[in-house]
This record gives sequence, structure tokens and C-alpha cells, in this order.
Amino acid sequence: MARAITTRKKIMWTALAWGFGLLLFFPILWTFLTSFKTEAAAISDPPVWLFFDWTLENYTAVQERSNYPKALMNSVIIAVGSTLLGIVIAVPAAWAMAFVPGRRTKDLLLWMLSTKMLPAVGVLYPLVLLAKWLGVMDSRILLIVVLMLINLPIIVWMLYTYFKEIPGEILEAARMDGAGLRSEIIYVLTPMALPGIASTILLNIILAWNEAFWTILLTTVNAAPLTSFIASFSAPEGLFYAKLSAASMLAIAPILVMGWFSQKQLVRGLTFGAVK
Amino acid sequence: MATAHSRSAARLMVAPAVFVLLVWMLIPLCMTLYFSFADYRPMRGIFDAWIGFKNYENFLTSSSFRSALLTTLGMVAGILTITITGGVLLALLLDRPMFGQGIVRILVIAPFFVMPTVSALVWKNMFFNVDNGLFSYLYKAIGLQPFDFLSQAPLFSIIVIVAWQWLPFATLILLTAVQSLDSEQLEAAEMDGAPALSRFRFIILPHLSRAITVVILIQTIFLLSIFAEIFVTTNGAFGTRTLTYLVYQRVLESQNIGLGSAGGIIAVIFANIIAIFLMRIVGKNLDS
Repeated sequence: MARAITTRKKIMWTALAWGFGLLLFFPILWTFLTSFKTEAAAISDPPVWLFFDWTLENYTAVQERSNYPKALMNSVIIAVGSTLLGIVIAVPAAWAMAFVPGRRTKDLLLWMLSTKMLPAVGVLYPLVLLAKWLGVMDSRILLIVVLMLINLPIIVWMLYTYFKEIPGEILEAARMDGAGLRSEIIYVLTPMALPGIASTILLNIILAWNEAFWTILLTTVNAAPLTSFIASFSAPEGLFYAKLSAASMLAIAPILVMGWFSQKQLVRGLTFGAVK
Repeated sequence: MATAHSRSAARLMVAPAVFVLLVWMLIPLCMTLYFSFADYRPMRGIFDAWIGFKNYENFLTSSSFRSALLTTLGMVAGILTITITGGVLLALLLDRPMFGQGIVRILVIAPFFVMPTVSALVWKNMFFNVDNGLFSYLYKAIGLQPFDFLSQAPLFSIIVIVAWQWLPFATLILLTAVQSLDSEQLEAAEMDGAPALSRFRFIILPHLSRAITVVILIQTIFLLSIFAEIFVTTNGAFGTRTLTYLVYQRVLESQNIGLGSAGGIIAVIFANIIAIFLMRIVGKNLDS
């Protein structure tokens, strides 16, 4: 009897949770469905759900828009580039702070985090001015550097928490067995640090991909990534729902997949260890 | 373990990160500070390097600042209310035993990974649009007049869009906190006959309080700089101009650099007030 009640309860919770889950997911699902409709079907009254002539023409149409491939390319280069540049700078720093902590390590970590809290508008004009002065306005390198800088505190922080979890005894054991610094790094530390570095890279590519302040304001034509490509779909093109949907799906699909893999890292990376 | 040698090596390893962040912090911020005391309007060829606190005075006393401040507070408060209440309830729901928990989690977390310009445009056109939006069909289906969300209730519409994006974040973090709750304590309370509501009030909520505080602080910092969602929906019109957006308009649209820079510094001060509280919590956790 007790068992029957728990199963019934479980079915009830399942129904409720799936209901809310689908409700929250609905806008994405609707965009997905609309991206396969003709423009006429996309605005039909009443709305059509599944039974319409599925078509790929919107995806071809978006691909053929001259600036889509370029925007995609820019997004990939900027997101990956800024993340890798950040990793190169952050790995040694996080490493040193985790394994050779000094008196000021904690203050240093907190100070780095505090730079993340700086509102972008506070430095908007100087950045535009400096970019123009250096002749790098609307260039990928500018966005790579800027996005690297705004995400660097998160990268350092995440790597630090991962490195902290590597037990120091293992290093000592390796040394006792006669491992030199080089083999210590290659055979002992790197394999243990790689999962953490990979997670950090994943989360930061997502953050950089979706960044929509600097990518919109510092680009016009050449370096415009998908965020600002999509922004150009505001009126009147936004009224072509099927094409807007196809462009949207193309912009978010890879990141959705990556995001689902990085749920855990999200908590770690965005709460700075304040929630465990 | 740490010798003098490894210490200096460590310092060398930290140096590049510290250097770039220091440059990033100091140079643009000092420039903004400098401009905030100047009358600088490049479009009209005006440059007067020192006018004292005039920009701050003008910015703080303007009616646009007051309305922007109210809009910002309203927006942040609205989004926080939705995401925290919804987040706590969803976290508790997702913690229950059910079938397909992993998939539900994926469905719930998905909106967080949608880029801001996409979610804003999808909501604006496909849901809020008065002629062809899904909500208009819904209104018509139940016999009501379609409602033009973005011009009749623009602030509410933006709150809905942004809350949709941030609800997953709150849920995920609160779920992590819920899962660390000692289940024996809850079971004991249940055995003693404590009703569900008082179990929530006296055990669950106190346990979640720190996670809730952290979510509020982190979200506030991010929400203060909402930009893209306003940029592609109302472009700051109809009372949706936040402090961030006002500064953007002063600096890049009307090119009143001095005034905009003063606004920028004020935004920095606001963000710092909240950051101090967040840093305290983070710092305490670092010790333990």
C-alpha cells in the first residue's frame, strides 16, 4: 500500500515537473518548429503545430544571406580565441595560487573577481576611443582581447578551484619516486588538471559566444558575430518569423548542446564557490 | 614545500594575469573619470578639460536620471522576484523523485544558453507581436482583444524576457543548495508531524538563505548591465531606459561624453555597493 502511494506521488511529481519544464522550454521548441515552416504557415491563424509542410528553405535562405557565414566565423573565432588566450594567461596564475599560496593569494583572487563586477558602461567611451586610436575598431582581435579580459576572472577562479582539488601528496609521491619537474608536470599534473581545464574552456566559450554588449557596440561589419547579426533582424526582417527562427536556431544550437554538458561547471563558474 | 625559489616562480606566473587586469581596470576607468570632469562634446567640437562636478550635478538632477533609476530598480526587482520565487519552487520540484529527471533539468536550464539577442527577438516577434504573436492568438482564442505587450506594458515585457533567461540560473544554483540539505532532519520533522508548509518555513528556507543571497547578488550585478534585450526590443523607449541604457545613449548617441562619463562613474559606484556584499560572502567561503 505504501509503495502504491509513493509510485502515485512519483507520477504526480513527474507530470508537474515535465509540465513546467516544457513550459520553460516552449519558446525554444516553438522557434525550432517555426524554423521549418513556410513564412505563410509561420503566421497562420490558428497556429499550426506539427502538421505543416516541413521545409528547409529558411535555413538555405539564411545561409545565402551574404553575411551569415561571416558572422558564424566571427563568433567561432572570437569565442574560441578569447577563451584560449584567457586560458594561456590564467593557467599559470591559477596554478601558482593553488600550489604556492602566499599571504596575499586570497586578496588577489578577490581583487580579480571584483574586476568582473565593473559595469561595462563605465568604460564604454574610453574603449571606443582607444580602439579607434589603435585602429582596431570593428576587428576580431579587439573583441578577442576585450572578451578575454571580461572573462579572465572567471577563468582564473574556476581553474583555481579545480587545481585546489589536486592533492599535494601525489606530487610528493611522484618526487619520492624520482620524477623530475618535467615528468611531474607531463605525467602527473597534466592528466589530473585536464578535465578542469576542459570544463573551464567549455563554460567560457558559452559565455563569450553569448556576450551581447561589446559584440554589438564594438563591431559594425567586419567583426560582427552572430549576436549582432541576429540583432540586425529587428524590424522589418524580424517579421519574417520562419527566417528569424532558422537564423536563431543556427545561432543557439551548438551552444545549447555545449550548455547541457556544462550544467555543473555553471554553478562552479558563476557563483565563485559561494554555493556548494 | 614552498621555497623562496618556488615563491618567485609563482609570482612570475601570476604576473601576466594581474598585469592585464590591472591595465584593463585602471586605464579606461581613469579615462572615464577624467572625461567626467570635462565638457566634451566632439560632434560640436567642444572640449573644456575641467568643469568640476558640473556633469555629475547635471546628470543626477536630470529627470531622465530619476526615471532611469526607477526603471532600473523596477526591472531588477521584478526579475529578482520572479526568478527567486520560481527558482525556489522549481528547485524543490526538481528534487522530488520522478521519471526522466535528467531530461527535465535539461529543459529547464536551456533558456540560460540562448543568446540575449535571440531570446529578445523571438519573444518580441513571435510571442508579443500584436498581429501575429502567439499571445495574440491566445487572447483571441479566449475571446479577448489582443494586447500589444511591448507598447502597452514594455517594462513588464522586458522583465518577462530577462526573467525567462535567468530563472534557469537561479533554479540550478538553488537546486544545488537543496540537494545538500540533510534529508534526515526533514524526515524527522515529518515524523513529528510538522506540516509541509512549516517544514519549508523552518528547515528548507533557512538552509537556502545563503544560496538565495548569492543568487540575488550575482544576478543584480549582471542585471544592472542588461543591454541587448532593451536594444533590440524598445531601444530604450516607453520607459524602459535603464541607467546602463541612459549612459549608452549619452555617450554613443548624443555624444555628450562628459555627461555620459559622469553617469558611467555613478553606475560603477552602484555596482560596487552590491559587489562589496558579494565579495564578503565569497571571501568567507574561501577561508573555510
